[in-house]
Amino acid sequence: MTRDVPSPLTALDRPNSYIGRSVPRPNLARLTEGRGEYVSDLVLPRMVHVVYVRSPHAHAEIRAIDVSAAKKAKGVVAVVTGAEMAEVCTPWVGVLTHMVGLKSAPQHPMAVTRACWQGEAVVAVIARTRALAEDAAELVEIDYAPLPPVTDMSTALDPETPVIHESLGDNLAFERNYTGGDPAAAFAASDHVIETDFSFGRHTGVTLEPRAMVADFNPGTGRLTAYLGTQAPHMIQNILSIHLGMPESDIRVVCKDVGGSFGIKVHVYADEMATATLSKMLKRPVKFVADRLESFLTDIHARDHRVKGKIGVMKDGTITAFEIDDLTGIGPYSVYPRTSAVEANQVVNLTGGPYICMNYKARARVVFQNKNVTCQYRAVGHPIATAVTEGLVDLAAQRIGMDPVEIRRKNLIKDDAYPCNSATGLKFESLSHHAALNKLLGMMDYEKLRAEQAELRKKGIHRGIGFASFIEITNPGAAFYGVGGARISSQDGAVVRLDATGAVTCQTSATEQGQGTEAVIAQVVATSVGVSLDRVRIISGDTDQTPYGGGTWASRAAGIGGEAAWQAGKALRENIVAVAAAILQADPKSLDVREGAVVDADTGRERIALPELGRIVYFRPDTLPTGFQAELMAVRHYVPRGYPFAFTNGIQASYLEVEDGFVKLLGHWVVEDCGTILNPQLVDEQVRGGVVQGLGGALFEHCVYDADGQMQNANMADYLVPMACEMPDIQVGHVVSPTADSELGAKGAGEAGTAGAPGAVMNAINDALSPFGVTLTHMPFTPDRILTAMREAERRQKRQAAE
Amino acid sequence: MNGDLETVFDVTLTVNGVEHSESVEARRHLADFLREDLGLTGTHIGCEHGVCGACTVRMEGEIVRACLTLTVQCDGKRIETIEGLSDSGEIADLQEAFRTRNALQCGYCTPGMLIAASALMAVEPMPSREEIRDHISGNYCRCTGYQAIVDAVETTLRARAEAAR
Repeated sequence: MTRDVPSPLTALDRPNSYIGRSVPRPNLARLTEGRGEYVSDLVLPRMVHVVYVRSPHAHAEIRAIDVSAAKKAKGVVAVVTGAEMAEVCTPWVGVLTHMVGLKSAPQHPMAVTRACWQGEAVVAVIARTRALAEDAAELVEIDYAPLPPVTDMSTALDPETPVIHESLGDNLAFERNYTGGDPAAAFAASDHVIETDFSFGRHTGVTLEPRAMVADFNPGTGRLTAYLGTQAPHMIQNILSIHLGMPESDIRVVCKDVGGSFGIKVHVYADEMATATLSKMLKRPVKFVADRLESFLTDIHARDHRVKGKIGVMKDGTITAFEIDDLTGIGPYSVYPRTSAVEANQVVNLTGGPYICMNYKARARVVFQNKNVTCQYRAVGHPIATAVTEGLVDLAAQRIGMDPVEIRRKNLIKDDAYPCNSATGLKFESLSHHAALNKLLGMMDYEKLRAEQAELRKKGIHRGIGFASFIEITNPGAAFYGVGGARISSQDGAVVRLDATGAVTCQTSATEQGQGTEAVIAQVVATSVGVSLDRVRIISGDTDQTPYGGGTWASRAAGIGGEAAWQAGKALRENIVAVAAAILQADPKSLDVREGAVVDADTGRERIALPELGRIVYFRPDTLPTGFQAELMAVRHYVPRGYPFAFTNGIQASYLEVEDGFVKLLGHWVVEDCGTILNPQLVDEQVRGGVVQGLGGALFEHCVYDADGQMQNANMADYLVPMACEMPDIQVGHVVSPTADSELGAKGAGEAGTAGAPGAVMNAINDALSPFGVTLTHMPFTPDRILTAMREAERRQKRQAAE
Repeated sequence: MNGDLETVFDVTLTVNGVEHSESVEARRHLADFLREDLGLTGTHIGCEHGVCGACTVRMEGEIVRACLTLTVQCDGKRIETIEGLSDSGEIADLQEAFRTRNALQCGYCTPGMLIAASALMAVEPMPSREEIRDHISGNYCRCTGYQAIVDAVETTLRARAEAAR
């Protein structure tokens, strides 16, 4: 079980502090009783259901659409084509100005003249029930003229490959080249240069609740309410406003319980824009719930990178240079508004990031193809950069006969070197690679595992140990999106109010996706105001009710939303003390708020309880001194300004056995440094859940497409996700390096598990298979791939022996 | 079209102790019936092809996938959902352990997971962690990584064993 860890709090170390305590989340009782309020549960008066007829072709011209039979079908309210919808909702282009050269084509809510991926919506059928809409959808006749699909990213830029969007000139969405230091000279001077190719399977988030939306346009008020499981309500409000031509103030986005998001639900989806448009057109609530087959074809995919990697190393283990050439296929459009170039950009930014080495060359190319779109999914780019870096480091160690731990000790940035910059200019405030490595080795008992591995190897049992050190971007400021022109807030706000009974309400722009935002915000507010946790209630996920802010993505809710709540709570405490000082004729400096009462700061003696203070302020303000106005509501906002991002660091280790091509995970260890830990249990569970999603991508998860752009396993039976019986217990430890950018000092923790796990598992598999001369670098590591690689190695060895 | 699937049948079934006599289309699966006809939205739909386990309910005391069970198959049968099991208090200790151990994040898999786990707990007083993991492998959770769920099941069983002594 999770234990509370000591935290280095100072200003936070208030009496009865909840900071650093594993208090349970307030919203769990109703979720365990089936009383959640997910969008898929929502029913409104006059509500109708939309089903989308989707393109069965990866690329096809839409010649004609016949909706006459569908319109006459039972229960049908309307049948709408892409062309009709384009008259109400304007198209968008997913670019950001700071991604220099990034281009994309205008995308409509539904295809108008051409479908560009299998699954793109072409016709909307709206009926009284979902079943009737599905019946009628079968009656829609669409005459397609198939066009040649572009599916292989490696040939997407060839002159003979068709260009998907003629107006763009070619299939290159974005290219970035970077050189730091003098990599050419460093490689030339290296004792060894090792090169290998890595690939990362296209996979997706598989949120257990599929995407769902109820859009409710009310012509009586002129307002549109979008009930949507989203991570960024204000972003969606802005986008709906722009493309439906309505003032932002006439759009309300409400996000209650969300059945999993992981980055999947932070994007603008064409079919959700279509659903909002339909509500405006039909003047009634329209409900869209993707079924699982639609989810696989339309929820953003991610990864799908091929990376050529190169490392230079000296005989003593000094890493001299890194080089990568990354190629990724993103589907036919760059996703709006965060764009689909970010993952490749992160791979360039992060590769080699934990290491001292400053010689680095990188190229990333992002190409269009006729497959589903890709975009930001949990740990964006990090699993790729980490696996490439750590795979290369292990290959270098293997070449010079050095232990993987020793090469890391030699090359990881020293813990006393901060602040410093990476080869790509990333600014590190304070990281702890060596402390984390040392802690990890102790937790896993490295020497014992190595001895066990050697012993078992004699018996023909092949176990491996793999490590992955990594850095992770959290708490992003405006550098991610705002500077590129996207109206995605990097600041968050909190409003904290004391009511007449002494209870506290906090409205926050951070959102809850199940990770525990509401619990953490409540802990922070209870501590900063000085009330018990059960007196604090959190309101989130409603653009009509909360301050303007970014929401939950890029591991930012606790670090940014939490700090805003901390500052708002402090401001409210000051206001409470001012009221008490006026009532008690005392010096405000001599008072504090603790456990729901104003007390003497020195002795802790209670002077006035908050319900009594509230009673006076709200019902007998006439008894307060003349000219004194009590303010029992406080607002604060926060955005990190000292550093563009709060980098975290961590290290993971995997211990596993490979038998008959199957990987059996025996142990997994993580040491994570996310700064101040607000709730140890929630941090550890974010890490564990993240690790398992990373393991999924490394071992099972893969959106398999054929050459025609048809996804071959777009259902939950054929697309494998981790099951309980396949997963190990995961031990989590911490090093704590708070960020000085905020008083709380908290950095993000939601994505670190996913960032490190694939690299650690890859290195462990290759360690296990080292006697066979096998190095696997193409994820996912399926039994088929492992057995094929072993058979090839066997043949190679036989050939060499014969020669 | 779909004539056979849309044929309406009269069924009588007991859900959480309450008898319902309804006319349903042949194609209406139990998950839709519970959610849309009875308003019992605690039974969740994740895949509608029997893989993810989010729609797990009890029929005649045995766990079934509500998405693979047609309502017409439930004629005369006794169904229990998360709403009924919560009201009766039968799994209150397990629910409490889930809350304390944070064995759920988004909560979407949770009703199905609780019902699936309760089936193991009814027959195995002290299963190993491996057995618990095996048993809940028909229920996907994308958030937790499963360890907290295994912990919560284990803790509950240990407490039950101690209480029985």
